[in-house]
Amino acid sequence: MSQPVAPVRHVLIEGNKTYHQITEDLVSPTERTPTREWIVAFSLSAVFLSLYLFTIVWTVWKGIGEWGANRTINWAWDITNFVWWIGIGHAGTLISAILLLFRQRWRTGVNRAAEAMTIFAVICAGQFPIFHMGRVWLAFFIFPFPNTRGPLWVNFNSPLLWDVFAISTYFSVSLLFWYTGLVPDLATVRDRATGFRRKVYETFSFGWTGAAKHWQRWESLSLVLAGISTPLVLSVHTIVSFDFATSVIPGWHTTIFPPYFVAGAIFSGFAMVQTLMVLTRKVLRLEEYITLNHIESMNKVIVLTGTIVGVAYLTELFIAWYSGYVYEQFAFYNRVTGIYWWAYFGMMFCNVVSPQLFWSRKIRRSIWWTFFLSIVVNIGMWFERFVIIGTTLARDYLPSSWSYYNPTWVEIGIYTGTIGLFFFCYLIFVRVAPVVAIAEVKSILKVAGDQYIGPNARARHAASGEKTSVKAEKED
Amino acid sequence: MAEKSRKVLFGLYNDEEDLKTAVKTAMKDHLDIMDVYSPFPVHGLDPILGLKESRLHILGFVYGSIGAMFGFLFMTWVFTTDWPIVFGGKPFWSVPAFIPITFEMTILFAAWGMTLTFYTICGMWPGVSTKTLDNRITDDKFCIAFDVTGSNDQDNLNRFFKQTGAAEVNLKTVNW
Repeated sequence: MSQPVAPVRHVLIEGNKTYHQITEDLVSPTERTPTREWIVAFSLSAVFLSLYLFTIVWTVWKGIGEWGANRTINWAWDITNFVWWIGIGHAGTLISAILLLFRQRWRTGVNRAAEAMTIFAVICAGQFPIFHMGRVWLAFFIFPFPNTRGPLWVNFNSPLLWDVFAISTYFSVSLLFWYTGLVPDLATVRDRATGFRRKVYETFSFGWTGAAKHWQRWESLSLVLAGISTPLVLSVHTIVSFDFATSVIPGWHTTIFPPYFVAGAIFSGFAMVQTLMVLTRKVLRLEEYITLNHIESMNKVIVLTGTIVGVAYLTELFIAWYSGYVYEQFAFYNRVTGIYWWAYFGMMFCNVVSPQLFWSRKIRRSIWWTFFLSIVVNIGMWFERFVIIGTTLARDYLPSSWSYYNPTWVEIGIYTGTIGLFFFCYLIFVRVAPVVAIAEVKSILKVAGDQYIGPNARARHAASGEKTSVKAEKED
Repeated sequence: MAEKSRKVLFGLYNDEEDLKTAVKTAMKDHLDIMDVYSPFPVHGLDPILGLKESRLHILGFVYGSIGAMFGFLFMTWVFTTDWPIVFGGKPFWSVPAFIPITFEMTILFAAWGMTLTFYTICGMWPGVSTKTLDNRITDDKFCIAFDVTGSNDQDNLNRFFKQTGAAEVNLKTVNW
């Protein structure tokens, strides 16, 4: 098949690796005793996890009244955090599914960790709506099951129920996708282990042998799962945005929400992947597998989606003015200049202005800038959700019910606690499973490693010193 | 399936290109390959080995269709027959509102159906005994295996391995 190829193919696996070295480098972090950095990080996240457990028990024991949410601002930190976490989860599926369909080879370096991140982020997200229900022991009422009350069914017309289906489908499909990809790598870990450790990995690798037919089916399964995960991931945040867009609240009732939420989700998700990858590659010494080229590619996605989000913000403002509808105009006037102006400013600065720095190649390829800006973006995306939810509700139709919202220590505890939960899960994951997809990295070694000797290889390009033009070329 | 003891003669290669060449030779010589194992999917191996394309994706479509039908018909039954309720003055059978859940059920059924089918037809579950010929097959070795139970003609195969540049040739008795 003839297709355009890049004049220079960037090296994605550095250090002239052999297949065995790849195994060695990627499995050994699970075999060594934990490093000091890991122990410190793990203890810290365990502390926050305990805080989470404490504040959740407190909430269930005393009731939702312990939160700052009130009758006017009935969705506050909880739903903000829910949308924030769900958005973070989106990058994992994007990297593993959409980039697989686009045949982007750089995905192999980061897909495993990003998929794991998706699963943990969705777990964190799920905590908020579940505990916001109040009587959490009745949480199973959200599922349609035959019951003795009629049976009385759930409301299939409600976007909140669509959310239940979207999030639970998303979670379980991501889990299948991630685990099926992990099985061959767990077999690699198994075959290096002995004794009890081998027994454990034997169980978890399901008896994988690497037979040709199994690989063929495995690839077929991965491709179809990628194909169906792509519309799934787009649907999930679309449906999350329906929670707002199908209401009749000015500022929420807009058709721009689905694409704007999806772009924002990818934006925040990539920022979180960057935060994790910059740390992971350093701590586990994986700089040769998660290279600067990977980081640069992700930064390009961040500047693209950040700009899309910026356009969406400006479109919202323009349409509010252009609609001539006073309630809509007020909603946006209030967002920009009202009581929560600082949240709007934070959102605009962190999400729209700060990622523009990534137009500079130097900043895109700088570890420190990447790490710093990934944190800034995550703060910005949190502000975005708070602006949409908190600011809008605080100034509704009826001035007599206008209110202000402050989080209580319980809410702060739950939120920071879920960050602890997230890192707790992630740190366990990096200890028990290879954090980079071993089999997939091996399969691209000859075309994307230092060994690549095609006409657009970096070494050849550097040697000839002349510019190769972009041209269609046969690729096998 | 009753376990029986089998003798397996297998050669290990260092590179996927060597493996492909060797499999090509074996197919030309009409050697009866038991299986080929590799640490990662070797592209271009399937046609040489004569493996037909997997039909798993067709099943994915079937499972997805079942999911879509199930989701849509269930909501239809609940809202038109079992317990019709008016929501916001809309018709009982409000099809557009059923689209998101129908879609999610399609994906859910397709993904779970395909994955469970994959593990079942590959004979993979937690607790199955691992059929490992050599620990390095999941690391950096590419393996061609022949079932030589009750056969005395191993010279032919040994010659084949030598000719195609196998790094190692081993004989192993397994209980598969």
